[in-house]
Amino acid sequence: MKHHLISTGDLTRDDALLILDTAEELARVSQRSIKKLPTLRGRTVVNLFFEDSTRTRISFEAAAKRLSADVINFSAKGSSVSKGESLKDTALTLEAMGADAVVIRHSASGAPHRLATWVRGSVVNAGDGTHEHPTQALLDAFSIRRRLGRLEGLKVAVVGDVLHSRVARSNVLLLHTLGAEVTLVAPPTLLPVAVETWPCQVSYDLDAVLPKSDVVMMLRVQLERMNAAYFPSAREYSRRYGLDRDRFARLHDDAIVMHPGPMNRGMEISAEVADSPRSTIVEQVTNGVTVRMAVLYLLLGGSEPAIGGAE
Amino acid sequence: MSDARNQARAVLEGPDIHRALTRIAHEILERTRGAESVVLIGIPTRGATLAHRIAGRIAQFEGIKVPVGAIDVTMYRDDLRLRPARPLGRTELPPDGVDGRTVVLVDDVLYSGRTVRAALDALNDVGRPRAVQLATLVDRGHRELPIRADYVGKNLPTSKSEKVKVFLEETDGRDAVVLIKEDDR
Repeated sequence: MKHHLISTGDLTRDDALLILDTAEELARVSQRSIKKLPTLRGRTVVNLFFEDSTRTRISFEAAAKRLSADVINFSAKGSSVSKGESLKDTALTLEAMGADAVVIRHSASGAPHRLATWVRGSVVNAGDGTHEHPTQALLDAFSIRRRLGRLEGLKVAVVGDVLHSRVARSNVLLLHTLGAEVTLVAPPTLLPVAVETWPCQVSYDLDAVLPKSDVVMMLRVQLERMNAAYFPSAREYSRRYGLDRDRFARLHDDAIVMHPGPMNRGMEISAEVADSPRSTIVEQVTNGVTVRMAVLYLLLGGSEPAIGGAE
Repeated sequence: MSDARNQARAVLEGPDIHRALTRIAHEILERTRGAESVVLIGIPTRGATLAHRIAGRIAQFEGIKVPVGAIDVTMYRDDLRLRPARPLGRTELPPDGVDGRTVVLVDDVLYSGRTVRAALDALNDVGRPRAVQLATLVDRGHRELPIRADYVGKNLPTSKSEKVKVFLEETDGRDAVVLIKEDDR
């Protein structure tokens, strides 16, 4: 039985479109004065965050609350985890409390997958290590479709620190499923091993890719993970791979700029570009709540989940 | 199930449906004093289509443009957990909303009454109508809740083992109400 959302690679085209279409209807609910729906009344969603992430946690919390689910926030700091409790024991505790869904953020790739074998409820991956962040990819796809009206045949450039980016991997897999053509643009040191097996193109030259792109998705340079020297200096990175005013001017008129946030203004993206009307950065946050509502509804709303990968 | 086992019988044909809707439109005009402050809200998908048709007739008879909308009730259903999560329908409210208006809910088939209950809840979240009435093309009985229709196209006595299917030109290419008997195996 389909149960979890761990990788966008588990989603069929129909699954992905069902999520986007459901989100489209739910977006209308966010516009009215009473934004709450009674659908998940009596269901419990646990936000299990082993890594700091205010925006993702708040987004999931808002989504669950708008569907009337009970939300329990569990962050590793100041919890039994800091006393040395294992992931498995934490999982069993949550299970005993009757969690219908566990939203997990963990620094280790594969943690949600392990968790899924220990709990009966649905597991939603909210970012695991450098592996995946499926709801981010879904909200990106949703934001693109809302702005440009389609996904099929669009050319999407994903620029920056692909090596450490779970957002990049989830987006490549999902956008490929939905018929868009993705090009990863990064210095060779910031591309993962075996990137040639991903369903996308790879380029080292941002200026060559920009004029052909409908969507430019900038990735955050993850300074906290930069323990090795991946590029000579921030300034040099910014000059070759940053999206500044001059590069922005080379995009065609309908192209949009995205960023999953939080941004390093002046590094991978200039403030001017980030604040331009063709940037979707703020609406990505709004759309995040809507898309997460759709995912929670489709996983928990019926007698059995309507989407997601089987365990 | 094969066709040989299923007996399908059209109980209403195109002209019958046209007449029923015409009568409902007249009744709405009569009972709301010329459709004053009336809003027609259909339950997707076929109820929404019917709401548009009724509004068209009211415009034709009295030259009044009655606001039309649709309200999806999926998220408010009480039987959500009996089936896998299903796709949502489209909710489209008239720009002036439903506050202080007389809302006429429109659905194709009235059966247990649970859909209408869900619609009343959904309506409650989008505004406060002055009154809510119910119009249905077919009332097939077997109510499970204290709900009745104000405007009925046709009362259709059925057994619970039967199915009523409504086909409409806009969505299905033809107008008909079909009663399907499923024989016991």
